[in-house]
Amino acid sequence: MNVRKNKLASLAALGFAAGIALTACGGSAEEGTSGASDAGGAAAGGSGYAELSGNLAGAGASSMGNAQTAWTETFKGLVQAEGGDITVTYDPTGSGTGREQFLSGQVKFAGTDAALDEEELAASAEVCSGEQAFDLPVYISPIAVVFNLEGVDSLNLSPEVIAGIFAEEITTWNDPAIAELNPDADLPDTAVVPVHRSDDSGTTENFTQYLSDNAPDAWTHGPIETWPIDGGQSGDGTSGLISAVESGNGTIGYADASQAGNLGTASVQVGEEFVDYSAEAAAKAVDVSPREEGRAENDIVMELDRTTTEAGTYPIVLISYLALCGAYEDEATGNAVKSYASFMISEQGQQVAAENAGSAPISDELRTEAQTAIDGITVG
Amino acid sequence: MSTADIESESPAPPPASMSTSGRRLGDSVFSYLSIGSGLLIFLTLAAVAVFLSTESLPAIIASQEFAGTADFSLIEYTLPLVFGTVLASAIALLIAIPISIGIALFISHFAPRRLSSTLGYLIDLLAAVPSVVYGLWGGIWLVPKLEPLYGLLNTYLGWIPLFAGEPTAPMRNLASASVVLAVMVLPIITAVSREVFLQTPRLQEEAALALGATRWETIRTVVLPFGRSGIVAASMLGLGRALGETMAVLMILAPGATFSLHILEVGRHNSIAANIASKSAEASGVDMSLLIFTGLVLFVLTFLINAIARWIVARSGPKS
Repeated sequence: MNVRKNKLASLAALGFAAGIALTACGGSAEEGTSGASDAGGAAAGGSGYAELSGNLAGAGASSMGNAQTAWTETFKGLVQAEGGDITVTYDPTGSGTGREQFLSGQVKFAGTDAALDEEELAASAEVCSGEQAFDLPVYISPIAVVFNLEGVDSLNLSPEVIAGIFAEEITTWNDPAIAELNPDADLPDTAVVPVHRSDDSGTTENFTQYLSDNAPDAWTHGPIETWPIDGGQSGDGTSGLISAVESGNGTIGYADASQAGNLGTASVQVGEEFVDYSAEAAAKAVDVSPREEGRAENDIVMELDRTTTEAGTYPIVLISYLALCGAYEDEATGNAVKSYASFMISEQGQQVAAENAGSAPISDELRTEAQTAIDGITVG
Repeated sequence: MSTADIESESPAPPPASMSTSGRRLGDSVFSYLSIGSGLLIFLTLAAVAVFLSTESLPAIIASQEFAGTADFSLIEYTLPLVFGTVLASAIALLIAIPISIGIALFISHFAPRRLSSTLGYLIDLLAAVPSVVYGLWGGIWLVPKLEPLYGLLNTYLGWIPLFAGEPTAPMRNLASASVVLAVMVLPIITAVSREVFLQTPRLQEEAALALGATRWETIRTVVLPFGRSGIVAASMLGLGRALGETMAVLMILAPGATFSLHILEVGRHNSIAANIASKSAEASGVDMSLLIFTGLVLFVLTFLINAIARWIVARSGPKS
């Protein structure tokens, strides 16, 4: 009897140990680069793909994860077609981790939803052979306001109303504030259920930045990454949020436009008109925005003007940046980075991202500026 | 009882035909291998403990409780998570244990032989389903199905704090997460309980029947008391899985951080493991360290609960 009992008890203990070991996994992925070959040569601007070889590792924002997957695949194909052989990897660990790994030299480029700040730029010189790092906007994605309301397919919303909904001030769909903007819609008295992202997210930050810029009285929490209001519906990641919106009635959320699926998307008031999201309207919002001041010539960071009244712009936009070194000591790595970055901003690269991730292609003007910045990278 | 004691005696002496040198080599190799395997458990546990402690140190030092350089408080951050984790697991066990014992008794004492082996196989299969699949199933299929039930509970049993509050669809609440957790721990508890019930001494059962006890009385007076410590151990195994379950909770629960008892309300609770999984993607520096600290708390929590369980097993075992 005693023996049997102890056996069971130790079996239980074993189960615990296994459970603990499993929960405690998930450390940091060590990524490195190896310019495996000594084949150098100039790869700037032109193709020069034939001379590329080895591995190139990047990490960062998960927002551009899909685009990066498409880019790395297509790039690999292009290089192989010209006789080169290179493997570019991108680990979507998140913006913060990506910047950290970039600044510690573990990865040679990073994707980030927030451009490198002054401190990070200063710190970057250490891993970038003395030259500071810089940012390039490579991924522009409209954030759609998605909703699921029986009997209503389209909706016009002003920034104040969106802010009121997400601040939980507007609680029913037939609220006069919503009805006023949608005279033709048959709005039910269903409760409004705002759904937010439960994980810290660049999408949340951009969305709340938009609310706080346009309706500071209705949205008093400022731009935030972590949702400030306790409780409420939420979903983990874009897919979690979408599935929460889909499975409720009267739900409303915000998500990367490419993931909106069959859900209704609201048209957002800009000036006097209501604009539905589209890649063009999002790209236009970036074009009408000025560059952030006080940054180096090659450090292209947009001061996104979310309060624009320009016709045909869709102001709820996420811009993801590519962080690159100003100089790469290793010739093979430097040439690989330059080729890959040039490919990302190229017309073809942006088209690939638009097809696979639903992003908005950057304008020709921005492309020219970004290419100049890439050409300025010192190699060797 | 005495048979079990005899089983535990050292193995029978080896057959004489074996050569002496061969036996010694085999013996020592095997003994080193098994000692090594045993030590490996300690090493793994120690490595995890060291990792958790050292990595969570920056958060502990920077927290409001100590240096105050960071804007978070260890206690305020961790306690609601501990509460959510324990509450979800407790409800899951509350649902799973009675059903598991029922299934186990059916397999061991009621079902015809062929059915019982099929059923046992199915239960084991249930244990092999990955938690992501349970998460998908729970989040997409089960949650809408539970909605009417929650409505009823809230309307008619709303005076019980557990079912009070204002549930809003979709029901991505703690109750849904607990139900899925219950399904996940069910096979573990069932499998272990079934084995224990099958060990009930045949003679005692027959004696009870001979004294005129019905089948239910036999089970109540012989099988259940005999298996009590086994049931506790089985439940603790299940609890271990429920406490650490990540994906299913993450995919079903809309998280919050309160001490609310209203399990039907959305956005009130979260579990430690799910919180780590959802936040770690965008966390870095001291925030990551804080998440690792919550991992350390979960580690300690499971140890504590395990210790309590062992104590219960030791205390509640039938006197032999």
